[in-house]
Amino acid sequence: MRHAISLSVLLFGVWLLLSGHYVPLLLSFGVISCLLVVAVSVRMDVTDHEGHPIHLSIAALKFWPWLVWQIILSNIAVAKSVLFSSHPISPNIILVPAKQKSDLGKVIYANSITLTPGTISLELEGDLILVHALTREGAKDLAGGEMHDRVVKMEGKA
Amino acid sequence: MDLLLDGLSWVLLLGGGFFIFVGGLGLFRMPDFYTRIHAASLTDTMGAGMILIGLMLQAGWTLNSAKLVMILVFIFFTSPTSTHALAKAALFAGIRPLISPPEKQENAKDDGEDAPS
Repeated sequence: MRHAISLSVLLFGVWLLLSGHYVPLLLSFGVISCLLVVAVSVRMDVTDHEGHPIHLSIAALKFWPWLVWQIILSNIAVAKSVLFSSHPISPNIILVPAKQKSDLGKVIYANSITLTPGTISLELEGDLILVHALTREGAKDLAGGEMHDRVVKMEGKA
Repeated sequence: MDLLLDGLSWVLLLGGGFFIFVGGLGLFRMPDFYTRIHAASLTDTMGAGMILIGLMLQAGWTLNSAKLVMILVFIFFTSPTSTHALAKAALFAGIRPLISPPEKQENAKDDGEDAPS
């Protein structure tokens, strides 16, 4: 129920921002279509903590700035490998542990790995993620586990 | 103030353009499929991000900026998913990743060879 309410609020917020027409007729169309979408997703049973993880909101706000910073750093590193032959690539594949409690935490971790340039999660199986890294340094940074610990922390606080 | 915003927005737009260019160049320079994905991911993180933020500075506090924020959020949620789908599909289709000669980690290579089976 909590998730259904927050989903309705979120959908209507998005509708308001996208439409830009604030007359009663169109607003009521917006309300009706939002409620219809919520009704369909409740029936499909996707308005749970996985499909709509509101319990992570505050922790995610702390995690994202750090992730954005990592993305900027690794973007510069990959751009250097593309541009300069003094930064050669050394593609390799490593297995990194994903000890997050929930599937959601593991997916957030795997997606964060993919989102940072230079590392791609190829497969998530059980507690392990198969990662393709562009350079050995990138693989080493990831194996250092800072991103892993931060995702665990974000999940744990909720 | 306007000049500052304009300047910052130009820096971001040009920076985004630079990263998209480097991403495109990387597509040519990288040796195999998986390393090319790495180069392409430059365009949809820094490239798209910097250009969208630069456009937000141009639009100011308007509805257009809100829409640009949404585009940014959607890109950041969907692009890792599609990248992962692409890489996983390639792995299962049997495209062997190019592995640089190991210096010390012998097992890193084995992982790559075993995975597609």
